[in-house]
Amino acid sequence: MFFSQEHELVRELARDFAKKILEPTAQEMDEKEDFPMDIYNEMGRLGFFGIKIPKEYGGLGLDTRSYACVMEELSRKNVCAGVLVSAANSLGTAPILLVGTEEQKQKYLPPIAGGKSFMAFGLTEPNAGSDAGSMTASAVPDGDSYILNGRKTFITGAPIADWITVFAKTSPEKGSKGITCFFVDMKQQGVSIGKQEEKMGQRAIPACDVLLEDVRVPKSEILGDIDKGFVTAMKTLSVGRIGVACQALGVSENAMDLAIPYMKERKQFGKTLSKFQGLQFLLAELETKLNAAKLLIYNAAYEMDAGRDVTKAASMAKYYATETCLEIVSGALQMFGGYGYSKEYPIERLYRDARVMTIYEGTTQVQQMVIAGQLLK
Amino acid sequence: MNILVCIKQVPDTTEIKIDPVTNTLIRAGVPSIVNTFDAFALESALRIKDADPGVSVTVVTMGPAQASVALNTCLGAGADNAYLVSDRAFGGSDTLATSYILSNAIRAIEEKQAQKFDLILCGKQAIDGDTAQVGPEIAEQLDYPQITYATELTAEKGKLRVKRETEDGYEIREAALPAVVTVTKTAYDLRFPTIRRLLDAYAAETAVLTAEDFPVDRERAGLGGSPTKVRKTFVPERNKTGMKIEEATGALSAIKLAAQLSADGIL
Repeated sequence: MFFSQEHELVRELARDFAKKILEPTAQEMDEKEDFPMDIYNEMGRLGFFGIKIPKEYGGLGLDTRSYACVMEELSRKNVCAGVLVSAANSLGTAPILLVGTEEQKQKYLPPIAGGKSFMAFGLTEPNAGSDAGSMTASAVPDGDSYILNGRKTFITGAPIADWITVFAKTSPEKGSKGITCFFVDMKQQGVSIGKQEEKMGQRAIPACDVLLEDVRVPKSEILGDIDKGFVTAMKTLSVGRIGVACQALGVSENAMDLAIPYMKERKQFGKTLSKFQGLQFLLAELETKLNAAKLLIYNAAYEMDAGRDVTKAASMAKYYATETCLEIVSGALQMFGGYGYSKEYPIERLYRDARVMTIYEGTTQVQQMVIAGQLLK
Repeated sequence: MNILVCIKQVPDTTEIKIDPVTNTLIRAGVPSIVNTFDAFALESALRIKDADPGVSVTVVTMGPAQASVALNTCLGAGADNAYLVSDRAFGGSDTLATSYILSNAIRAIEEKQAQKFDLILCGKQAIDGDTAQVGPEIAEQLDYPQITYATELTAEKGKLRVKRETEDGYEIREAALPAVVTVTKTAYDLRFPTIRRLLDAYAAETAVLTAEDFPVDRERAGLGGSPTKVRKTFVPERNKTGMKIEEATGALSAIKLAAQLSADGIL
């Protein structure tokens, strides 16, 4: 209903890659807190980082449904791969595609699409999370440059990033209407990164603070119009919601994939868990919610490809898929009993990996604000 | 250099089940794949191309229209051209008829491309039929030298060097080109297709060669041209008389084996 033969081909390739390459390595990546470069490079070769980036900028120029297929299948075996794919296709490049100049597109998009370079997204600050408009990073004009100061926090991929888009206040008196976006080279003088965050899950993906101390950025590296950066950031996050929803869908499917065979095998009171009606009811509930989330996501992707406004549809997909993912990993872990709490079983990792998804790229509460806002506008 | 890889679309036998009543394969719902050994042959060809971008890799298969899916996988992985040899008249061919048709198709493709193939690679056998006959038969039909069961191969300056598997180990063979090589399990798997190449292959029309497109003696093709007659297929009864000794360590296994042999009065 939602997918063409081409979508299925792309999905099948992603599924095959995930099964052969990501599944056997997921546990070790989590333990070693490292996403191996050879796997990252192979993902680049296959085209995963440029799915949505237009052909003329080195990408594949495919639609949102192709992207959703890849995100779901990769995340089903290791959500960290899904996070990297969304970093390239969404947070890293959406701002450039939205408001970048032709020159900026030519410079930044091809290496990101090919997986040769990584663009981090610098919006969040220690005291500005959901309330991004309250940020304190500043950009002060100085000749034909701006001088940037501030601290960005929880920056995904900062240690492997070549560049970062930094959102900073150019007109502090104007609040969220005084924010401008800048490209900053991570090797530039005055840019440094903090120590790697000790995260609960998604441990193969590094995240840390990025410090900016008197960083001189030429005016040519301004992305979009001055004082219009907040709109760019919000639009970028809006585009990214379907991607995070797909990550949650993949993790939910993985949890079900693990729980069902275990229920058929594990015996207590002389029969397998699958014979207990109480657990059957729980399983049925989780499966139903998973499929409801799946339909919300596929529908949002379809609507987006049809060119319709998906603000509400994407927020509903992100909100519901991530919240139900928490229920599903928790329910699946319950099936495993004490073993589910042990690192010996991958459901433990899924439980940790899932938790951040109701938080990053717009918390559940922010999604609810968006949905209600659309209804009451 | 111009390389041809002969491939076959087969059911994924790792997913296949046998009907316990009729003893036949349950094919419904079983995905089709490029035959495992043919995939090793293609990867071997692509590695020669990696080292020398001037190398051209063509893939050919004989089968029904749906075999174009397998060709798309090969194009996605990096093959330059692909041909599907397909005609009702070819249906039911045994290995002799298949190699006859394929060798004629190979001549036709060479004519189309206005260039001879220097190297023809086949998987050592298909995982559905397991005959290992088509590769060597193509060599005979074309009157080319052949080397079977290759695990490694290099081709430089008109000379082929192959490491081939034998019962006792391996041997290194050389042959002049053109030649036919059948490939067994290599140290590497077929690379993943890229999304772009896969979609391009899907969008492009498959080049099909029918019985009208090249000279083929109908008497030697299809069921009628196949001397092989299948009388019966069955699943052999398992010989369950053996016992497996698999203790925690080799030493413990040896002790158990000695005890068993002693108990049976052999030692």
